[in-house]
Amino acid sequence: MVQLISIIVVIILFVLVIDFIRRGLLKEKYSVLWLALIAVVGLFAVWRELLDWAAMVVGVKYPPSLLFLMAFAFVLLILLHFSVVISVLTERNKKLAQEVAIIKDELVEVEKRLMSNKGVNQ
Amino acid sequence: MEQTEDQGILVIIPAFNEEETIADVIAEITEEQPAIDILVVNDGSSDRTSRVVKQTKARLIEHTFNMGVGAAVQTGYRYAVKHGYSVAIQVDADGQHLASELYKIIAPVLSGDSDVVVGSRFLGHGNYKASVARGVGIGFFASVVSIILKRRITDPSSGFRATGRKALLFLSEIYPEDYPEVEALVLLHKKGLRIDEVPVTMAPRRGGKSSITTSRGIYYMVKVLLAISVDLLKKIK
Repeated sequence: MVQLISIIVVIILFVLVIDFIRRGLLKEKYSVLWLALIAVVGLFAVWRELLDWAAMVVGVKYPPSLLFLMAFAFVLLILLHFSVVISVLTERNKKLAQEVAIIKDELVEVEKRLMSNKGVNQ
Repeated sequence: MEQTEDQGILVIIPAFNEEETIADVIAEITEEQPAIDILVVNDGSSDRTSRVVKQTKARLIEHTFNMGVGAAVQTGYRYAVKHGYSVAIQVDADGQHLASELYKIIAPVLSGDSDVVVGSRFLGHGNYKASVARGVGIGFFASVVSIILKRRITDPSSGFRATGRKALLFLSEIYPEDYPEVEALVLLHKKGLRIDEVPVTMAPRRGGKSSITTSRGIYYMVKVLLAISVDLLKKIK
């Protein structure tokens, strides 16, 4: 039963990710970790013997919980990745806003000069 | 637009809702130091700060949205670098810093003795009375910064500071966001720049509220301490 639920969840996730990429809502760059999660968790969910073997190797008594552990590890990784991306974006956003503020000031100055030049010419 | 070097001295006033006091602050600086240019960085104020500043001779740069005092000061530094100023001075908009003491923090930077000069309330015989909580906080960071810089720093959170060209180039690229003063000193030190303190007097604030309320005090301590620890690990080019 757990296996069935896992497979269904992975399939839904896969369809969603592909659909988001197709509609341009998700950049390929940010879909890599999601697709990796889907591939790994999907593989272990479908291939029961592989899961049992892996669980035995790492000493997990109830194999499906290894599935959740793997999914959880991926989610952590994805979250960390997002924190980094957000930090980079914040810094870039700040720099952009600062540049815009300075350029706006220069624009006003240039306009003033243009206006006064016009006044002289007329 | 002008990109010549050594163009002069710029006073940077970061302002967030400072309509009550900023006109007086600008007027005092103009009167005391007429040759110095004044730049107000309005950090998305919702009050009449912008309109008040436009009535003065100060230059006004406006952030489209509020980004915090660190970003406002950094915008000022970027402006100073772009326009070739050799010294930039940060002055608070609330009237705590005295225009009559500007020369004290400018002199060591102009002479080339220091890269950054901080006006300290606690050097010499100031009459500044801090609340107990604030006193403890400042004392704590003074010790931390003194240990890191391996020299005595008495007022690391003072926002009254003069920055020379070398430090300007550095800080215009990397400047902490909220509560930036203490952290900036650590970054400057890591960059190998020379920081000095001179004694100044600070007036009680004339309007507005301190950005650091008691409830935020704890957050402030933890955030700055964490930031300093991270800064020590950072690679500074």
